[in-house]
Amino acid sequence: MSDEYDNNKSYQAQSSEVMDGSTGSVNPDIDYVRPAEVGEQDLYHGHSFIEKWVFCQDAKVIGVQYFLTAVFTGIVGLILSWLMRLQLGFPELAGFMTAEHYYQFVTMHGMIMVVYFLTALFLGGFGNYLIPLMVGARDMVFPYVNMLSFWMFFVAVAVLMASFFVPGGPTGAGWTLYPPQTILEGTPGSGMGILLMLISLSLFVIGFTMGGLNYMITILQARTRGMTLMRMPLTVWGIFTATVLAMLAFPALLVSAIMMTLDKVLQTSFFMPTILKAGEVLEYGGGSPILFQHLFWFFGHPEVYIVALPAFGIVSDLISVHARKNIFGYRMMVWAIVGIGGLSFFVWAHHMYVSGMNPWFGFFFATTTLIIAVPTAMKVYNWILTLWRGNIRINTVMLWCLGFIVTFVNGGITGIFLGNVSVDVPLSDTYFVIAHFHMVMGIAPLMVIMGAVYHWFPLVAGKMLHEGLGKWHFWITFLGAYSIYFPMHYLGFIGVPRRYFEMYDSPYMTSAVGMNEFISIAAFIVGAAQFILVFNIIKTLKTGKKAEQNPWKANSLEWYTSTVPPEHGNFGERLPVVHRWPYDFSVPGAKDDFIPQTTAPSEVIHTEVEKT
Amino acid sequence: MSEQKIDGFELKPGFKGMASDTGSDQTMFKGVHWGKAMMWIFLLSDTFVFSCFLISYMKGRGSTIVDWPNTSEVFSLYVGGVPVPLLLIAIMTFVLITSSGTMALAVKYGYEKNRKMCGWLILATAVGGLTFVGMQVFEWSKLIHEGVRPWGNPFGASQFGSFFFMITGFHGFHVSIGVIFLFIYTYKVFAGHYESKKRGWFTKMKGDYVEIEILGLYWHFVDLVWVFIFAFFYLW
Repeated sequence: MSDEYDNNKSYQAQSSEVMDGSTGSVNPDIDYVRPAEVGEQDLYHGHSFIEKWVFCQDAKVIGVQYFLTAVFTGIVGLILSWLMRLQLGFPELAGFMTAEHYYQFVTMHGMIMVVYFLTALFLGGFGNYLIPLMVGARDMVFPYVNMLSFWMFFVAVAVLMASFFVPGGPTGAGWTLYPPQTILEGTPGSGMGILLMLISLSLFVIGFTMGGLNYMITILQARTRGMTLMRMPLTVWGIFTATVLAMLAFPALLVSAIMMTLDKVLQTSFFMPTILKAGEVLEYGGGSPILFQHLFWFFGHPEVYIVALPAFGIVSDLISVHARKNIFGYRMMVWAIVGIGGLSFFVWAHHMYVSGMNPWFGFFFATTTLIIAVPTAMKVYNWILTLWRGNIRINTVMLWCLGFIVTFVNGGITGIFLGNVSVDVPLSDTYFVIAHFHMVMGIAPLMVIMGAVYHWFPLVAGKMLHEGLGKWHFWITFLGAYSIYFPMHYLGFIGVPRRYFEMYDSPYMTSAVGMNEFISIAAFIVGAAQFILVFNIIKTLKTGKKAEQNPWKANSLEWYTSTVPPEHGNFGERLPVVHRWPYDFSVPGAKDDFIPQTTAPSEVIHTEVEKT
Repeated sequence: MSEQKIDGFELKPGFKGMASDTGSDQTMFKGVHWGKAMMWIFLLSDTFVFSCFLISYMKGRGSTIVDWPNTSEVFSLYVGGVPVPLLLIAIMTFVLITSSGTMALAVKYGYEKNRKMCGWLILATAVGGLTFVGMQVFEWSKLIHEGVRPWGNPFGASQFGSFFFMITGFHGFHVSIGVIFLFIYTYKVFAGHYESKKRGWFTKMKGDYVEIEILGLYWHFVDLVWVFIFAFFYLW
C-alpha cells in the first residue's frame, strides 16, 4: 500500500549511526545510545480533507480539535458565570432569571469547567499535541483509537449542550449531583436534563479511556532512543500521572452515573432512601445517598489533581525555559508529582465532613489531606529556586507563570484551612470554599494554560503571538481574578452561603451587597479580557510575524521537528536520539545558553571553553 | 520473557531487572507489544469499574433495611421436583472457564502459526461465550418470570434485583462484546489476514497473532470477574 511510511527500515544499526545528522564530532564511546528496540511506526496518512482535518489520526490535529472544542465549552461556562454574577451583583438587572435558572447555571458552569474544559484541555489538548513530540514518537501508538477518543468527547459535549434545549432545561442539582434531590421532582432539570448529563458523563469517560490508554502507552512504550523516564520534560510527567489518576478515578464516576441513571429510569433505589413527599411515601427506599458521595468524591478528588498535575508539569517547563535555568530538583519534582497523585486517592472524604461520619474517619482524612501539602510545598519551593538567580525574561509566558505561583500558593493556603475538620465545618458551603477552589484549581491552572498557549503557539501555528496584547491580557486577568476571589474569602468568613439565588434581608446583607457588586464588575471585565486572546490569535494568524524555529531557545524535542509546524510523523526521516535531559540551560562553558536534548556529549566536550 | 534478547540491553531477573527496565530508554516493559500493554492497563481500569460495582453492592446489601433474599433458594433449579441450588450457575461457570481453556490453546496455536487449529479454538471459545450469554438470558427470564424486577422482588430487599441485573448485565455486556470480537477474529484467522498482512477495515493497520493473545487477556479477565461475581452473589 502506498500510504505506508516509506522508510520501513528499522534503526537496528551500529553505534556509528548515533551521529543522527548532527554536525559535531562523534565519539562512539561516550555518545553510545542503544539501538532501537522496535521498528518504524506504521502511519496512515489521510488523503481527503475529511481524513486530514475531520476524522484525522494525527495526534497533533486531534490535540487542536480537543483544544478548540474545550475552549468552546469553556466560553459557554464563562457566559454562565457572567449570568450568575449578574444575578448576585445586580439582581434588578437580571429580572429574566428565576431561581431555577440560577441553579442550572451554577451546575452547568461547574461541570463544564471542571470536566469538559480543564480536563479535556490539559489531557486531550496539550496531551495529544505534546506527548508524541516530547518523547520523540511519530504519533500516538493507537492513532485510530485516538481519533475515536476525540469524537466520543465531541458527542459528549453535544449531548451536554443538548440538555440546554430539552424540556425542563439542564440539571440544576449542583455539579456534585448529590442524590436524592438530583432526580426528584422540584429540582430543575430532574427529567431529561439530568439524564443527558449522566449520559454525557459516561460518554466522556469512555472517550477519555481511549485517549488515556494512548497517552500512557506512548509514554511508557514508544519513547525515542535515549529518552529515559528521567529525561522526560516535566510536562510529560504531569500529563502521565494525571492520566493514571484518570484511568483509576473515572471508573467511580462511570459507576455512579450508571447507578443514578437506573435510579432515574428504572426506579431502582441504589442511592434513594425512603422519601416522604407531601405526606406521601415515594416508591424509593433502602438506598444510601452517602454511597453516591463516596463514589463521586473518589472520582472528584483525583479529578482536582487530574487538572492540577499537568499544570504543575507545564509550568515547570515554562519557568525553566524563560528563566534560562535548569529546573531545581528535577527528581524531587517528579516524585512530588507521583506522590501527590498517589495521595490523592486517600483524601476524598474531606469533601464530606458535613455529610456526617465517624470522627476518626474525619481525623484520618484530615491527616492525609494535610500530608499532600508536603510534596506541593516542595514544588513551590523548587519553582522559586528555579527562578532564583535565573536569567529571567519577563515576557508574557513568564508573567503567567509568576501569576500561577502566587495564585496557587494563595489557594493552597486556604486549602489547609479547609482540610481541617473543625475549621471546615463552619466554612463549608460558604463563599470561602468558592474562593479556595477557584483560586487553586480554576485560576491557577488557567494561568498555566494561558502561559502554555503563548509559549507553544509559535510551534502550532508558526507565528508569534503579539506580546503587548498578551501583557494586557495577563494584567487584567491577574488583577481582576484577585478582585473577584479575595473579597469572596471575606464573604465566606461573614457566613454568606454559596449556591443561594438571593440573600434577602440577612444581617450580613449590607456589607455583602457592595462587595457582590464589586465582584460582579470584576468578573465581567476578566471574562471580557479573555477575548483579547481570541483577538490576538485571529490577528496573529492573519498578520503576525513568522516565528523562527525554536523562538524561545528551548531544549525539548518538540522544537526540533523537521518542519514548523510539525507535519504528520513529526521528525522527518529520522527520529531524534536523546542524550540529555531537557533542562541544560546556561551550562557553564557551553557555547550557547542552551543545549538541545539531541546534542551528544562529545559535541559539548569539544566546544571551545571560555573560562569565566 | 527470560529468553528474550534486546540489542544492547541486559534483561535481569527479579526486582533488579524491573528497576533497570524502568530506568532504561524507549520502553518500560521490554519486548511487550503496544497493544498488549494497552490491554493490561485497560483491564486495570476495568477492574476499578467492577470493584466499584461490587463494593457498592456490598454497601447496599449491608445497609438495606429489609432482609436480603435467600440466594440458595432464589437461584435454585428444580430437577424432577427437587430444588438443586446453584445448578445453572455451576454449568455457566463451567462453560465460561472451559472457554478460557480453549482461548489459551488458541493463543498457543496462533503463535505456532497453526492457522486451522487456532481458528477452530477461537470459534470454540466464541461458542462457549455465546452459550454463557444464552444461559444468562435464560436465568434472567426465569427470575423476571418469578417477579424479580430491578425496582423490587417478592423475595426481600428491592436492591437484590437492582444489583443483580446491573452487575450481571454489565458482565454479560462484557462477554457479548468479547463474543463479537471472537467471531471477527475467527474470520480473520481463517481468512489468513495475519499471513497476508492485510490491513484492518477501520484502523488500516496490519495485524499479527499477538492480537489473539490480547483478546485472550480480555477473555480471561472477563472470566476472572465472573468468579468474583459468582462468589459475591451466589455464595454469599
